[in-house]
Amino acid sequence: MYFFDPHIHMAARTTDDFATMAKMDCLVVGEPAFWMGYDRSGTNSFYDYFRQLTEWEPKRAANHGIQHYAWMGINAKEAEDVGFAREVIALLPEFLDRPNVLGIGEIGLHKCTKNEVTTLLGLIDLAMAREEQMLFHTPHLEDKYLGTRMILDILRADSRVDRSRVCIDHCEEHTIRPALEEGYWAGITLYPTTKATPQRAADMIEVYGPERILVNSSADWGPSDPLAVRRFMHEMRRRRHPESLIRRIVYDNPLEFFRGSRNFRFVPPEQD
Amino acid sequence: MPIPLAATEVLDREFLTVREKLLDLAATLDRIDRAEGVVDDDRMEKIRQSLQLLIGDGPDRAQRLQRLFSLPYNEGWQADFGL
Ligand SMILES: [Zn+2]
Repeated sequence: MYFFDPHIHMAARTTDDFATMAKMDCLVVGEPAFWMGYDRSGTNSFYDYFRQLTEWEPKRAANHGIQHYAWMGINAKEAEDVGFAREVIALLPEFLDRPNVLGIGEIGLHKCTKNEVTTLLGLIDLAMAREEQMLFHTPHLEDKYLGTRMILDILRADSRVDRSRVCIDHCEEHTIRPALEEGYWAGITLYPTTKATPQRAADMIEVYGPERILVNSSADWGPSDPLAVRRFMHEMRRRRHPESLIRRIVYDNPLEFFRGSRNFRFVPPEQD
Repeated sequence: MPIPLAATEVLDREFLTVREKLLDLAATLDRIDRAEGVVDDDRMEKIRQSLQLLIGDGPDRAQRLQRLFSLPYNEGWQADFGL
């Protein structure tokens, strides 16, 4: 069965990972701009990173038959310096028109500070002015509940937001319900120690159903697994869930969400 | 959406994993005890509260455990930020 990994940081992974993912039938990846493990020293570093995500990574993926899409933004960890963040936001329009870009992401909160909120409001404004889809990073660990509620408050107060074109990512047991109830897509991230496991992701789907749920690896430069979506599929099969349900979550759902972006030009495998 | 497995089948599959996780937890708490000095911080209290939560009735244990390890959310945050 083909699958999407709708949130993975391939720029931090090797070409061998692309090859392995392709062999395991990964068809499409979504790569949000994020924190590369260190703070950048200037806007040029962001500029080059955005070029990497829109020029080099799509080619590296295509070499293995994987379709590569990206999201442009400034991550919450580097959003604290509002002036610097504003300069990075000014770079985004040029990249948002590039052919593999799905929208603005991953954006959100990290320590839930006033400055992070100011930067986030600037990013949402840009997204709304350009009718872009948005992908939200929710904070880690003890900050997740607070940060997710704050993001939902911000979006609820903005009448321009079309919730069917927004994903609240890294949802866990205590945040998935509000995200789904308010009409957003909810991402579940399979990431060791700090996020969900394939087992807990399957549990959440049994509790909340498959509608508007995306499952991703968020694999990056840390200990993480670019085949995590595949492990989730295996767990669902072990529990004897039907193939149609598994396909819905790892293929139909991300396809539907990505189709909300004007730049998404999906090539189904049968038309290759 | 129900899980297609019977409760006994879930337990059969998971029993050894649960046992392993509990043993690991017990050994970790022993290790903290054996180590030099005394730990007296909020994290140990959170661990104690989690264990209480686990021996209580369901449902939603995972969700409640998550909340136990979460910072509080203040509904008036926007006013505090001057928004
Ligand atoms: Zn990410």
